[in-house]
Amino acid sequence: MKKAVIVIIGGGPAGMEAALCLAARNYKVYLVEKTNALGGHLSQWDRLFPKQTPAHDVLSDMTGKIRAHDDQIEVIYGTELLSVKRRIRGMEVLLANHTTLQADALLLACGFDLFRAERKEEYGYGIYEDVLTSADLERKFKDKKVLCHDGREPKKIAFVHCVGSRDEKVDNTYCSKVCCVTAVKQACEIKELYPEAEVYNLYMDLRMFDRYFEQMYHKAQSQYGINFVRGRLSEVSETAEGKIQIKTEDTLLGKPMKLSVDMLVLMAGMQACESAQRLSEGLDVPLSLADHFFETKDLFLHGNHTRTKGIFAAGACTGPKSLPDTLHDARSAAESIHRYLAD
Amino acid sequence: MKDFGFGIKQSGVMDLDKADFTLLHEIAEAEPSARHCISCGTCTATCSAGKYTGFNLRRLQLLIRRGELQEVASRISECMLCGKCQWACPKGVNTRHIVMLINQKLHARKIS
Repeated sequence: MKKAVIVIIGGGPAGMEAALCLAARNYKVYLVEKTNALGGHLSQWDRLFPKQTPAHDVLSDMTGKIRAHDDQIEVIYGTELLSVKRRIRGMEVLLANHTTLQADALLLACGFDLFRAERKEEYGYGIYEDVLTSADLERKFKDKKVLCHDGREPKKIAFVHCVGSRDEKVDNTYCSKVCCVTAVKQACEIKELYPEAEVYNLYMDLRMFDRYFEQMYHKAQSQYGINFVRGRLSEVSETAEGKIQIKTEDTLLGKPMKLSVDMLVLMAGMQACESAQRLSEGLDVPLSLADHFFETKDLFLHGNHTRTKGIFAAGACTGPKSLPDTLHDARSAAESIHRYLAD
Repeated sequence: MKDFGFGIKQSGVMDLDKADFTLLHEIAEAEPSARHCISCGTCTATCSAGKYTGFNLRRLQLLIRRGELQEVASRISECMLCGKCQWACPKGVNTRHIVMLINQKLHARKIS
């Protein structure tokens, strides 16, 4: 019997993990990646919560396995999905590079985009050089050089939670899940680098929901003396000395407060990737009205099925997920595809 | 000059650039559990003194973190040191010791 073929859109952690699971079940997989490298956002990250695991270790382990299965997993770089035509059996998948693939199932694993922090103009991203996003800071950690734009070591740093999340003003009303714990992780890493630094975390709620997160929060307070302030940043301005002035309300005291910092880190949330809308229309896979990510058939028994037969979804394209959650979701999608093809 | 009753109101904004964190550091050094407070308010909910006065230990701990010592000084004597808050605290903060330390350190600073 001819091997069934699965096309996976997206070569990030979800796409790679699903490809490996399907290859282990002896399916033929085409892994379509729009850039020229596998890894997605993971390749931009330095260390992973909750245990500071080097992101590179996780990524190189996965890419190594993908290479080892090159007879079953064919990676197609530098292109994306254009359209899908239904056939009596399976579907015909057309890519932007004019390749046509005959597939029995399609898995959407196109991930998320980071919220563009410059949209929150009042937070000064793109205006003040020492206002960074969490992803910018992660790259600085990766380069082992966390300095202000003029080469100074930052002495006071503030992290702003929920940037582009839980915010009707930018039409992202949902929680991005991973920013709170990432802010705590990065705040601790700053203190490891600069033990004398004063670090503030401005949060609305601290969502320390997963295993080891609460311990991280405890350590941030007890070991590193990080200052947690419940309040949302209202606006950023520049002081006469060129520092960044931030204003918020300490809502637990009911008092407005201000302070100036050398570096401000905006915890940019996750949002549906820019191609989600186009794919949604072309594939008849609706986007959720609540968060604009792909809607799945249900949240329990068909969490990786879309309403269109033969089309599945995994990872952060169906809503914000941590890396462990993404990997679990990818394995679950592979199992769902296997059951679908076995029917 | 005739007093028309006008004046300039002091800003109510806490300016953390000018705040005094020495009390916080001294207390945290003598009683490291002071850093564990998560502002849940269990201490205040169980506090007998808080039923009849404005005493609020959650708030006082937070004021110390923001360097707002005057309000701490005006309230700290309302605590009767019964220690119920310490029994209730889910983070194991040695609240009674903290109240003692606040009294001691503010007295040394002559803030009352």
